Amino acid sequence: MITVDLAAAPLRDLNRRLHSLPANTNERAWRITNPKGAHNIAVGLTQGIEVTIDGHVGYYCAGMNQRAHVTVNGECGWGIAENMMSGVVRVKGNASQAAGATGHGGLLVIEGDAGARCGISMKGIDIVVGGSVGHMSAFMAQAGHLVVSGDAGPALGDSIYEAVLYVQGRVASLGADCIEKEMTGAHQAALARLLEQAEITADATRFRRYGSARKLYHFHTDHADAY
Amino acid sequence: MTVDPRLLRESATFPREVLAEIHRAADEGLYYIRGFGTKRKLPTFDDLVFLGASLSRYPLEGYRERCDTSVTLGTRFASKPIELKIPITIAGMSFGALGAHAKEALGRAATAMGTSTTTGDGGMTEEERRSSKTLVYQYLPSRYGMNPDDLRRADAIEIVVGQGAKPGGGGMLLGMKITERVAGMRTLPVGIDQRSACRHPDWTGPDDLTIKIQELREITDWEKPIYVKIGATRPQYDVPLAVKAGADVIVLDGMQGGTAATQDVFIEHAGIPLLPAVRLAVEALQELDMHRKVQLIVSGGIRTGADVAKALAMGADAVSIGTAALVALGCNRPEYVADYHALGTEPGFCHHCHTGRCPVGVTTQIPELEARLRPEQGARRMQNFLTTMTLELQTLARACGKSHVLNLEPEDMVALTIEAAAMAGVPLAGTNWIPGRGGL
Ligand code: SF4
Repeated sequence: MITVDLAAAPLRDLNRRLHSLPANTNERAWRITNPKGAHNIAVGLTQGIEVTIDGHVGYYCAGMNQRAHVTVNGECGWGIAENMMSGVVRVKGNASQAAGATGHGGLLVIEGDAGARCGISMKGIDIVVGGSVGHMSAFMAQAGHLVVSGDAGPALGDSIYEAVLYVQGRVASLGADCIEKEMTGAHQAALARLLEQAEITADATRFRRYGSARKLYHFHTDHADAY
Repeated sequence: MTVDPRLLRESATFPREVLAEIHRAADEGLYYIRGFGTKRKLPTFDDLVFLGASLSRYPLEGYRERCDTSVTLGTRFASKPIELKIPITIAGMSFGALGAHAKEALGRAATAMGTSTTTGDGGMTEEERRSSKTLVYQYLPSRYGMNPDDLRRADAIEIVVGQGAKPGGGGMLLGMKITERVAGMRTLPVGIDQRSACRHPDWTGPDDLTIKIQELREITDWEKPIYVKIGATRPQYDVPLAVKAGADVIVLDGMQGGTAATQDVFIEHAGIPLLPAVRLAVEALQELDMHRKVQLIVSGGIRTGADVAKALAMGADAVSIGTAALVALGCNRPEYVADYHALGTEPGFCHHCHTGRCPVGVTTQIPELEARLRPEQGARRMQNFLTTMTLELQTLARACGKSHVLNLEPEDMVALTIEAAAMAGVPLAGTNWIPGRGGL
């Protein structure tokens, strides 16, 4: 285990070191201490390493992650794991806005709550939230899964494309073109797998599924009041 | 009964094109979406002229004395700034809006001329990375096809906040252009009418932008120049905010900037022309003592070497061309006229990029149409055009006695109209009057 104390080492050096690791590196386990809410910690990782951050982080932690497993033992600011491509990012606490924004792949687990716009514009990432999500979550969500064990704020899935949303609790309101869809056995099985991978305990049969009504896929004058 | 033409008086408030648009809106109930750029008459660089050398200034000898055109972009923070041989770059245009042949032709020509090309909404294609020595990667609100591997193999990163044709609006690509390949790159269903986001999903405002720029720098180990592209609306505020946020380069796109598909009302009624925008941006940089330290690229209606010379004289470091580049490739050429007619237009009037049925194969994904633009031929035309523009630029710079095109200055020009004098901040010809600044 390599420990980097951000109170002593500049962030730029840490990120550079993590970027320079070859695929066959022996330095596979990293612990980062004293993050003190710094932005852009462990961004742009490319190797399948384990990074544990002890404390709270600022914006874009683990942004654009590829292959790495990043754990935040604390709360995080905006855009955790934004545009993630692969790997796993786990937040033990709560996440602020735009968690997993535009993510293309990988798994983001937020054990606590996530703020507004969780999964905005997601493009294939799987996001599992142990608690609730704020307003406009899954806005323009294109692909992937958003699982919410708690409640969802207003305008869930506004202008959604083909992403799949599962919510166990109350949905304050659905956004434009987002509708409730049938929860089949296949969906329950897929959701159960996701919950298991995410190590979030919940009963897949208690969730409802939401997705696109696909009415806004083509511009048409009769849809003008939907926006 | 015959109509007496003396009794026909067209309404100035409701001329025929306004009547026709109201009829169209009443029939269809939807705004008109089209490509190209603004068609209305605007104050432009045509309203400025160079004074040239005289008894009080020496010109340079055209064939003997060097007039340098090189420019370096991204000198503020990037460890690997971009060196261009000419100050004319190719603006961001997406694969999707343009066909692969057009993208490849632009890349080849730019490489041959020592300048850069730019990706667009929808990500980077292998073809354009291969064909472009210097490639700027656009980072857009939609983040379609956004991939950190592409970020790392780009030569610079351009964060797009807005564009001149539609400042405050997002991209659009109508269903006929969302082919399987385009849809795959954007993670969208095939054939939908695609509307891109107009705001970035994970930041709002200049303080967040500062952190976003740092993220991109951290991911790319502080190597790449980071550009911030803004549509020309309030450059006097946007430029200082972009500088404060940490931009290496500012790209300022005037309202004449083109688009593949946007609402006509947006194209014609939002943003300001490039002429006043350049002055406002340069003044803002000078006020911060950042002129030439943060480089300024301007675009939107640049068509000739004279336009380039005037933009540089006003203080820009380089220009970007989009529509003019497409015209060089063949846009609106009088060939395949029947296909223009099938679109309901004529060569010279076409703005039908949004249909995906470009008669000359530039803005299309249909293989038979795309075959009309061979990449080698397109590259040759584009290279010829860039060469011509550069020669024109050097001609004017030499005539003003400049050994480098960046030595051109506002004092080398006068304005032909009061409006242009006020907007560009140069005197009205024959006077020392700059409206708003005194003089006679
Ligand atoms: S000729 Fe092609 S590129 Fe030019 S305006 Fe028409 S459709 Fe667009």
